[in-house]
Amino acid sequence: MARMLGSDAILRSLEAEGVDVMFGIPGGAILPTYDAIARGTSVRHVLARHEQGAGHMAEGYARASGRAGVAMATSGPGATNLVTPIADAWMDSTPLVCITGQVRTNLIGTDAFQEVDATGITLPIVKHSWLVQDVEELPHVMKAAFHVARTGRCGPVLVDVAKDVQEAAIDFRYPDQVDLPGWKPPHKVNARQLGEAARAIAAAEKPVLYVGGGVVNADAFAELRELAEAGGLPVVTTLMAKGAFPESHPLHAGLPGMHGSKWANWAMNKCDLLIAVGSRFDDRVTGKLTAFAPGAQVIHLDVDAAEIGKLRHADIPVVGPLKLALAALAREVRRLREEGSDGPSAWRTQIDEWRDAFPYRYDRDGDSLKPQAVLETLRDLTAGRDDVVWTTGVGQHQMWAMQYLVCDRPRSFITSGGLGTMGYGVPAAVGAKAARPDATVICVDGDGCFQMTCQELATAALEGLPIVTVVVNNGWLGMVRQWQEMFYAERFAQTHLTHQVPDYAMLAEAYGCAGFTVDSEDRLEETLEEALTCGRAAVVDARCDPEEKCFPMIPAGAAAIDILEYPEGETVEA
Amino acid sequence: MTHTLSVLLENKPGALARVSNMFARRGFNIESLAVGPTERPDVSRITLRVECEQDSLEQIEKQMHKLVNVLRVSELEPGETVERELALIKVTVTPERRPELLAVADTFKAHVADLGPEAMIFELVGPPDVLDSFEELVRPYGVKELVRTGRIALPRAAGRRTPRPQHVLR
Repeated sequence: MARMLGSDAILRSLEAEGVDVMFGIPGGAILPTYDAIARGTSVRHVLARHEQGAGHMAEGYARASGRAGVAMATSGPGATNLVTPIADAWMDSTPLVCITGQVRTNLIGTDAFQEVDATGITLPIVKHSWLVQDVEELPHVMKAAFHVARTGRCGPVLVDVAKDVQEAAIDFRYPDQVDLPGWKPPHKVNARQLGEAARAIAAAEKPVLYVGGGVVNADAFAELRELAEAGGLPVVTTLMAKGAFPESHPLHAGLPGMHGSKWANWAMNKCDLLIAVGSRFDDRVTGKLTAFAPGAQVIHLDVDAAEIGKLRHADIPVVGPLKLALAALAREVRRLREEGSDGPSAWRTQIDEWRDAFPYRYDRDGDSLKPQAVLETLRDLTAGRDDVVWTTGVGQHQMWAMQYLVCDRPRSFITSGGLGTMGYGVPAAVGAKAARPDATVICVDGDGCFQMTCQELATAALEGLPIVTVVVNNGWLGMVRQWQEMFYAERFAQTHLTHQVPDYAMLAEAYGCAGFTVDSEDRLEETLEEALTCGRAAVVDARCDPEEKCFPMIPAGAAAIDILEYPEGETVEA
Repeated sequence: MTHTLSVLLENKPGALARVSNMFARRGFNIESLAVGPTERPDVSRITLRVECEQDSLEQIEKQMHKLVNVLRVSELEPGETVERELALIKVTVTPERRPELLAVADTFKAHVADLGPEAMIFELVGPPDVLDSFEELVRPYGVKELVRTGRIALPRAAGRRTPRPQHVLR
């Protein structure tokens, strides 16, 4: 028990939670806590240039490390700038603890300077939030915040602390236990449901594991692999699960969805047993829901009971921690499989045939640099390395990154899935680098995305967090342009950004980073190599063909089975 | 069909807002909602009525279970539940017609809560359908204002309570 101020209690709580890095920006209502930072803490504070950047950095940190990310901001605009990262963390179930300052308790509700109802604004996009108006509550709230963010289905929480609470004195002792009678995430798995699931898996002729981001949050990679290998089960990993199962493993069956591979989509849609694991039947994966995997029986494993039956009826629901569920299922399936049987081998052969028949393709002819070639070169340059972490923005470049990069390790592909947050890539890369300083962190970004958060290059340069950003610069809001071309009769309203303004290499230099420009395939490899080895934060402006579209594609609302392929012509196979 | 849910929640600031927000944001419509204290000072009970299909009801229950302040959610089965509601009804009535109106009220055991020269206020507690009948009978006299609390409910004294654990919800 030690006498201290509320602001110090916040930092002692972060230290007790084992937080080593937090991301934020000071301001009026959080100043007492920044004063406590000046008094000393073991937590490294990374100074962002925009609170949205701080929030995405905390997300990138969480995704790369598996620990909760921490972002700190002041009241009012500081808090509202965190809304996008909070929404992003909500959609992708990223454990995120946001700490915001609030105006003094006697001013709350009076429309005071920089006052917003932060807990009210974020109500629909947090797991829980607290407005702390009594310093005695602070240690319990901090303990509860980390507990809620990390248990059950992970997600964001907000702790809004009035300024006078930060200034008030408290006899601080960090609680050992949380007092949350209403928070009871499942901690075990129903044995009957598991037995049913195991029998269905052992009996299936055409099973597919449909693996989502829940496996990543559950750290259930080894258990997933156990199950896949025990049953000889093809594994489709969603965007959020890229890397959760090794992509070069013979059982990996690609990535599904709107821009996933035809073979993965066909495998999911022609299977007789779909084993959804920590995935949520998102519309970008399923396409038209009523036409999705029409002949399949569904087993749905999730720690969040509300996901089961939300969109697709689960014939066999399995609610509980995925690590436990997958381990138990793997044991049971292994026991049920006959000795020597290698499972549904005819089905695997069929999927392999589809893989050979429908590879990712693009037209490499012409003078302009193809975005797919940028991704393929990045993949080849980093092949065999186990220290690479990718982040992306949102759009065409993200989908090409998903298609062409090969991730064999979990937490090596960090992206904004559910919310589709443009501008996620650069700050997420900064956060990932802070979490894993020894890793090579590469942000594959679009020119539209990059311009939304590129101010965080300053953070990367000054905080010693040298990330490499490769801007797939096609001069357009490319994915929007693609939709305008395909579905809006080529009326390209307000999507042209130009290749030249800004000059990304010069912008990088202005921010204290190394800048590179490349516009032909001849110099592509050497330029990327140079950027990767320069030892500084770097930006590569890869000026690409503005008209290149991302295929395959399931048009919105169409059945996944009707996926469109790259238009016929001279194409090369990936 | 319409379902009655009984929700126990921590008596904390914003707890009710979290419940009502969940309904609003997920597109579920609350028909009536009554909230008040329980036998425990730190716990409130919400009785709410919602019109929806069985699938939606399960989704509602599961989403509510996830709210940190929510302690228990149970559906109250019709027939195994005691339901009550309170209404205050201000009826326009001339002194000449008062006796017949009071006779109607007497039949329903409605009390006169207030009396004025040209109107009176009835207070009636009972099962919601009884309140409906009374409302219908006094309407021809001219209902100036009316307020109902929304129903509150408890499982019958001899009834069994069946809060379903989350893992068997599907």
